[in-house]
Amino acid sequence: MQLIPCPWCGPREETEFHYGGQAHVAYPQDPAALTDEAWARYVFFRDNPSGPFAERWSHSAGCRRWFNAVRDTRTYDLLAVYDAGEPMPDLGERDEVVS
Amino acid sequence: MTADTSSRTSPLAAWADRLAGLAPALTVVERPFLTQLTVRASDPDAVAALGAALGVAFPADPCTFTRGDGPFGDVEVLWLGPDEFLVVARSDLDPRVPVEEALRTALGSARGAVVDTSAQRTTVALAGPHVRDVLAHGCAVDLHPSAAPTGTCVQTLLARAGVILQVVDAEAGVFTVLVRSSFAEYLAAWLSDACVEYLAGVS
Repeated sequence: MQLIPCPWCGPREETEFHYGGQAHVAYPQDPAALTDEAWARYVFFRDNPSGPFAERWSHSAGCRRWFNAVRDTRTYDLLAVYDAGEPMPDLGERDEVVS
Repeated sequence: MTADTSSRTSPLAAWADRLAGLAPALTVVERPFLTQLTVRASDPDAVAALGAALGVAFPADPCTFTRGDGPFGDVEVLWLGPDEFLVVARSDLDPRVPVEEALRTALGSARGAVVDTSAQRTTVALAGPHVRDVLAHGCAVDLHPSAAPTGTCVQTLLARAGVILQVVDAEAGVFTVLVRSSFAEYLAAWLSDACVEYLAGVS
């Protein structure tokens, strides 16, 4: 089974985790000023890359802490794990995102 | 007819005989009604003060627990998260020295919380020659002494039920499982089933 490296608990089975969608989706500065279309874009529209993708994960059956992980959507490799709130780490010479 | 609320019944009281029947392959003993307190504190000074009040230093490393003897007797402190701990003390604590109040006083004005969660979980002590084999049927965490030495405390899924698993003695194979009261009977049934192939007389 796929192991996900929790920053606190170490590698654990995927079934212990809960997926939280794309990371780094900032809440709008002034939500009331958005048009319906812009609001819908914030709420529903997410990237769907073929390649590295920054995601939020929660170790829901363990320490119950949220963290971010970069996952390659083609191979399911977890390329990096970092704390929530930190910027996405530079992964160096990797394939560029193909959309 | 009114319900009898004067005597308390542990979640696994009805399972005591069936669990005792798993010996000697697996010894399962419920330790009900332990005093359990969920402590939230992130300030290192506050965590140190809490440890001093309890007589047991709080675990510094993730997925470990500490044990010691203090003013409240034999006490364990389990790491549940970077700012979350579970204090487990014996069940017959003198109500005149409330451990909850002592911890709250130690916390002082620091951000945090001390909440009594004694009724949330029951405790099951596991031992026996096949304890790792049985646990491996439903738990993916590596429990070999080299990977999980004495003092390890992991929150994981055991047969899809959320548990806290403590390695009390890695060499002797002694474990403690804290399971939610509502899941306790399910876990007891699962343990009985998982243990069948190790029972004496079964070929």
